[in-house]
Amino acid sequence: MIEKLDQIFVLLTGWLVGFLPGFLQPLAGVVIAVAAILVTFPALFAICVLLERKGLGRMQNRIGPNRVGPFGIFQPVADGLKSLTKEDIVPLKADAVVHFLAPVFLVVVVFMGYAVLPVGRHMTLVNMDAGLLFYFAMGASTELSVFMAGWASRNKYSLLGAMRAVAQMISYEVPLLMSSVAVVMITGSLSLNKIVEAQNVYTWGLPHWYIFTPWGFAGFVMFAIAATAETNRSPFDLPEGESELVAGYFTEYSGFKFAEFFLGEYVGMLSISGLGTTLFLGGWSAPLEVLGFVPSWCWFFAKIMMSMCVFIWLRGTLPRLRQDQLMNFAWKFVLPFTLLNLFVAATWRFMGDGWLRWVVCSAVLVIAYVVVGRAGMSREHFGPRSYRYAE
Amino acid sequence: MNWVFYLISGLAVAGALAAVLLKNTVHCALALTVAFAGLALLFLKLDAQFAGFAQILVYIGAVAILVVFAILLTRGSETPKDGVYSKFPLTGLAIAAAVFAVLGWAVLHSESALPHEYRATPAVTVMDIGNALMSRYVLPLEIVALLLTAALIGAVIVAMHEKEEAK
Repeated sequence: MIEKLDQIFVLLTGWLVGFLPGFLQPLAGVVIAVAAILVTFPALFAICVLLERKGLGRMQNRIGPNRVGPFGIFQPVADGLKSLTKEDIVPLKADAVVHFLAPVFLVVVVFMGYAVLPVGRHMTLVNMDAGLLFYFAMGASTELSVFMAGWASRNKYSLLGAMRAVAQMISYEVPLLMSSVAVVMITGSLSLNKIVEAQNVYTWGLPHWYIFTPWGFAGFVMFAIAATAETNRSPFDLPEGESELVAGYFTEYSGFKFAEFFLGEYVGMLSISGLGTTLFLGGWSAPLEVLGFVPSWCWFFAKIMMSMCVFIWLRGTLPRLRQDQLMNFAWKFVLPFTLLNLFVAATWRFMGDGWLRWVVCSAVLVIAYVVVGRAGMSREHFGPRSYRYAE
Repeated sequence: MNWVFYLISGLAVAGALAAVLLKNTVHCALALTVAFAGLALLFLKLDAQFAGFAQILVYIGAVAILVVFAILLTRGSETPKDGVYSKFPLTGLAIAAAVFAVLGWAVLHSESALPHEYRATPAVTVMDIGNALMSRYVLPLEIVALLLTAALIGAVIVAMHEKEEAK
């Protein structure tokens, strides 16, 4: 019974496919799986938007949307209808073809990333050897869409926003990759399924998730920072800083094309949460051995919704960074630490079992963190605020 | 599955042609990206997963962005008044033909390119590539890494020089 519930979607697909003649069955299986992804994640997107608007409202001491349906829960439906019926305005001077292609390309590329994410036990659309590489290849392509949008709009705010976004995404892609490489080194595989399987082991009822190791914890923190910057979320949302750039690279988009950018952003956040979950938080495995009876896909979705809540919480808490702070943080702090983390992960791998590796690895990371932090702080001058241009 | 090959090749060739023939420089860069994507798909069609994804990651994710940035930061995307076509088309044609001849010669003389010498190619996984890079080809890998690091430091120094003068 428990196993049936765990595999309910796999069995359901198998049952549905069974109605078709044999030669159509593989194709139909793929179509059903793709359709499931295309339905599930936009639905989660709607829930996340509502959660964000209500949650941010609470954090800012207001009620948030409360007119559409009980407690405003139908707000996403109203938003969707509105963006479908709104006029689609394309600037006269804009490059119409590229202007149209940019949001389409973004949505396509973002959804491609889900092809390799293990959503549950035996629930990966394409189980390929180089899954992680595929994910990052798709993630790297989103930059091009952002550039296309900014350039084709023929608007200085759009172009500035696009330049900022691309510079930021390139800078943070390096630490994102580097922090994931540590996981690949320990697992010895680029396949996301194998990475989850390696973490789905229990000692004394506790899981072997990578976040519970010194290098994994440091890697997860840096992965989370880089992922927040990759998805242009607050506090790294300079590309769409509304006080300076109106709306950044999608200033000139309206109606459904704007909705596509919105969808792309949230689905991208969900997908990178899914990747972080898979790499460090044990993917679909249960947090305690006794909880193994809960279906695996429940754990996966619970974990990504938890990460989405953290994203929202960060947005409600932290102020936006400045451009130079953003770049300095990426190149002078996060990147050196990811490199150090690679060494620590290698040490962990070759020191064998025992308590000694816990001490050595934790000590190296903590000492480096404290020393770098102290050195950075001593260089700063804290005094009365000075204004370079305003006085 | 021959039609898949022709479809992908058509995409790559069309992208490459557009990159040469279009007037707007940014459009050319975007068309070049299409050609890169077509090449990546060809690699994937040949079951070379690593090469295919590395092609997307490096060429679409980094090189295309770099090209586009370079265009924007230098000349702008406006078309020059005297057109984009070269004044010496014959020279260019000769050079292109020479490069194509060398590449074609190399391909035709490689061992398994000819159909009658066809052997079942061994399946090369990402793991095999990793093993080969870390064991047999570790020296070239390290030399390339050193070269790239030197280039990176050189670039930083070139960029830093200007800042010191400004002080």
